[in-house]
Amino acid sequence: MTESLASTNGFKSGSRLERVLRAGHFAVTAELGPPQNADPEVIRKKARLLAGVCDAANITDNQTAIVRMSSIGAGTLAVQEGIEPVIQMTCRDRNRLAMQSDLLGAYALGMRNILCLTGDHQSFGNHPTAKNVHDLDSVQLIQMVASLRDRRCFQCGDVIKGIEPRFFIGAAANPFGDPFEWRPLRMGKKAKAGADFIQTQLIYNVDRFAQFMERVRELGLHRQVYLLAGVGPLKSPGMTKYMRDEVPGLDVPDIFVERMTAAADGIDKEDKKARNAAFRKEGIKIAVELIQQMRQIEGVAGVHIMAIEWEEAVREIGEGAGLLPRPELEAQPSGVQG
Amino acid sequence: MIVAEQKPLDEIKGLLADAGKVLVVGCGTCVTVCFAGGDKEAGILASSLRMATRIDGSPKDVTHITVQRQCEWEYIDPLADSIQEADIVLSIGCGIGVQALAERFPDKIVVPGLNTTFLGLPQEQGVWEERCAACGSCILGLTGGICPIARCAKQLLNGPCGGSQDGVCEIGHETPCAWQLIYDRLKAQNRLHLILEIQPPKDWSTSRDGGPRRITREDLRLAAEAAE
Repeated sequence: MTESLASTNGFKSGSRLERVLRAGHFAVTAELGPPQNADPEVIRKKARLLAGVCDAANITDNQTAIVRMSSIGAGTLAVQEGIEPVIQMTCRDRNRLAMQSDLLGAYALGMRNILCLTGDHQSFGNHPTAKNVHDLDSVQLIQMVASLRDRRCFQCGDVIKGIEPRFFIGAAANPFGDPFEWRPLRMGKKAKAGADFIQTQLIYNVDRFAQFMERVRELGLHRQVYLLAGVGPLKSPGMTKYMRDEVPGLDVPDIFVERMTAAADGIDKEDKKARNAAFRKEGIKIAVELIQQMRQIEGVAGVHIMAIEWEEAVREIGEGAGLLPRPELEAQPSGVQG
Repeated sequence: MIVAEQKPLDEIKGLLADAGKVLVVGCGTCVTVCFAGGDKEAGILASSLRMATRIDGSPKDVTHITVQRQCEWEYIDPLADSIQEADIVLSIGCGIGVQALAERFPDKIVVPGLNTTFLGLPQEQGVWEERCAACGSCILGLTGGICPIARCAKQLLNGPCGGSQDGVCEIGHETPCAWQLIYDRLKAQNRLHLILEIQPPKDWSTSRDGGPRRITREDLRLAAEAAE
């Protein structure tokens, strides 16, 4: 096999996220959702809110099967704004040819992190009559991205002649999906396939997450992958109830519904502005507490803060949890942009 | 078996358009068993069409006939005379039956009266469920006899995805998570090691993605017989 033509100074990808984690810092990633239109300003505005408060920001890929600006297109804009993207890529919309060509393009445009996902079913989104692809599943996608980087081979086995795409490879884990006892083992499959880091589903039930992590440690997976725990600030009692009752794969204990409801005690029911501010303040407080609790769990290497359409919250949560300022790193290795 | 269901009557009427003489052709095999296109359904459909077109003011002459198998030449060849007399043939066989009639009688317009839905079984009286996607490369030996290609909404080979909750697929309460079923069965059989291995990307060329599929058995061909 020929030697890598991409210079990453001994790092797999040289991304900021990789270097932060390798240096042993508690990493912070955030989420940047692209708009349902072609306006670059939306991305720029969100990127400015996230600049300096996270190490990298996930750019979602047609999240919940709703058509949005492409992850790679939006990621390119984020790079221009000084935000390091984590490109999300689902298996729902593309086959192995399209995925690999997009990976080549994304790397050429400066992307260095990828999150490999199965993808929400199209029936949730705005094109429920679409054909889904699922040529590969998420585990096979991880394998393919690792092979492009480490074996310099396309999925078919052909050698890449020239610069290979070198991504820091992420995968998702849902500690609360069923079967519960299978989840750490499936995460192990993702580690074996070549995942470097894991971002989890939103966690509200820390006790149950701790059980998951215990099993993760028994399997030694915390030494194979960096695990970033998913955190999301609650916005209102209504949203909290909805997440508790309606969203598959989420475990939201009743105490958070009670706390969110109590947050507006004593505030005039008509004063919606004051009530919303109180709810949001409590939501951020809860997020900070969750981070502080999860940080104590061995094997948690960082947090993934998902503040959907509330990017301002990431700074407040980061400040509250003592995660700011983000660490300064040495100059990036040559050949790496963004 | 092949499971099908009848198209709405309005759609069928649209397909028949101006044709005056209609021959409904039923099939005595799979679609009889799933109560969609057997002799009984052919008779009811013919009678419904006669009634409906009379009410619409343009009555059609609708007759019906049923063959044992619409997917074999030897069963459909004897239909030649009846088909000759009709303006249009409404097949209520599966998609194979429709195409067999259209191929054998290329001068006739042949239209489908059913939507061919899947390969499956009657789960209980009146409920049919898909079991096989005919992908051309069977992995049931690895998955406890439960097919993730036919039964997982995302055709995952390394499932389940994060949307599996309480044994149910994220697409809805009626759909069991195929991977939960696989997990439960392999666990009960003490064979979970089978799904701990990473299943590599599937070769879809044996599936529909490779174009229309064909099997040639030289040992069974008449030419081979003659050569012996």
